[in-house]
Amino acid sequence: MKIYRYASPTLFYPLAGALWPWFAGFAAILGAVGLYMSFFVAPTDFQQGEVYRIIFIHVPSAWMGMFIYLVMAFYGVLALSFNTRISAMMMHALAPTGAMFTFIALLTGALWGRPTWGTYWIWDARMTSTLILLFLYLGFMALTHAIDDTRRADRAGALLAIVGSVNIPIIYFSVKWWNSLHQSTSVSPGTAPKMAQIMLITMLVMVFACWAYSIAMALVRVRALIREREAGAVLEGTQ
Amino acid sequence: MNWAEFFSMGGRGAFVWGSYGAFALAVVIEIALLVRRTRKGRENP
Amino acid sequence: MNAVLPVAILPNAELVVERGAWVALKRDLKISMAGKGELAQALAFLVIVASLFPLAVGPETMLLKRIAAGVVWVAALLAVLLTLPRLFASDYADGTLEQLLLSPYPLPLIVAGKILGHWLTTGLPLTLVAPLLGVQYGLEGAELAILMLGLLLGTPVLSMIGAIGAALTLGLRGASILMALLVLPLYVPVLIFGAGAAGQVQAAMDPTANLSLLGACLLFGALAAPFAAAAALKISLD
Repeated sequence: MKIYRYASPTLFYPLAGALWPWFAGFAAILGAVGLYMSFFVAPTDFQQGEVYRIIFIHVPSAWMGMFIYLVMAFYGVLALSFNTRISAMMMHALAPTGAMFTFIALLTGALWGRPTWGTYWIWDARMTSTLILLFLYLGFMALTHAIDDTRRADRAGALLAIVGSVNIPIIYFSVKWWNSLHQSTSVSPGTAPKMAQIMLITMLVMVFACWAYSIAMALVRVRALIREREAGAVLEGTQ
Repeated sequence: MNWAEFFSMGGRGAFVWGSYGAFALAVVIEIALLVRRTRKGRENP
Repeated sequence: MNAVLPVAILPNAELVVERGAWVALKRDLKISMAGKGELAQALAFLVIVASLFPLAVGPETMLLKRIAAGVVWVAALLAVLLTLPRLFASDYADGTLEQLLLSPYPLPLIVAGKILGHWLTTGLPLTLVAPLLGVQYGLEGAELAILMLGLLLGTPVLSMIGAIGAALTLGLRGASILMALLVLPLYVPVLIFGAGAAGQVQAAMDPTANLSLLGACLLFGALAAPFAAAAALKISLD
């Protein structure tokens, strides 16, 4: 099948180069539409007023953080099973963006929590799991940067990503469990306002914008990685 | 369109604009770092 | 350090496989017994850390009782973390580890033997000492028993997960802290279930659910961790 040609970094390089501007364009357009909808189309919430609009950043970021990690783990499986260099590179390329989204999810969660429920940080299941997810990202980046040998770094990172992703449901479940054990207060934070359909649509637009952005960033970063690694090879489209 | 009301966001302007601002800043920083990395890669063949 | 593994060709394949783990285990136990100082250090660390908390939060009895299980568990976690590097370090230093990779015995089984040896010389002693700490914090009877039972089930899992971390960071600069960073998030479920079980007994509730979950972690870890750690070793040593 012709598509397997692109497992070679030298062939993937121009493909990524051709693709990323499209995703960047989608991200910009969807982002603009999403932002407009966040402020001018989505109505004022009955309970939370205007401050709820933070969810249009918070929820997409949280989803992207989680989703990107799973995609990383998927590329990790590919890297270990088929030994293709490009799979490992995609895994490395995705990590910083995923970590960024996870961090933003935590930050916006705190900024949403303070005016809505009184405290900046709430040890509920989702926020705590997101915090641990950030640790998993940081661990991945720390490990892969600490290993000088590229091949070992790729494979160790792949194994770590896989082990981490297997643990994510276990961690999430255990944190939810922990939270329900210690639930003494009546307030259950983390519940978004009853979503009018327009709010859901706005959120979806933002999710797709973040998704397109992540793909564009990953493609550009993998090109930079290919350049850094395949120093000797002749890359199409380079001067 | 009452801009004053818009910016204050029901009195919680700091939180809302802080969130959107932090997100924008994170995106800008990530892009800037990536541009720098790409440029460095081009300079050292 | 003796690097010779008997490459005996036995007619019965199962016997060969069992001997692999048994040989690794015996060797590790011998080495660990020789390093009694390290075991004593791990126990001393546990006791010292557990003594720090009352100094930090004040000696008020009710408060200490509330945080007892959590403190003991976190201290045990950290003590295990400190002893993890030596799981592979000495064998790595003198080249034995690479020979183990080449041995005819399945690597996961050898790793399982090592993990068991590590637990017998770290987790198990910690578990036995923990009730003393619990008493210091004002725990009694059933609370102490469930604390111990939880640690008994949980510390092997800590060794198992730790083995994966130790194998991944083999030979790296700053390996200990990096390993801690990798392994601590994965320790969270064990911590939650273990400390949760002890906490439930304190609240006069049934800890069975938490203990069952710990048991499940133990089973899952026993099945998966040796393979993951063996894969990590191959990645680090190739």
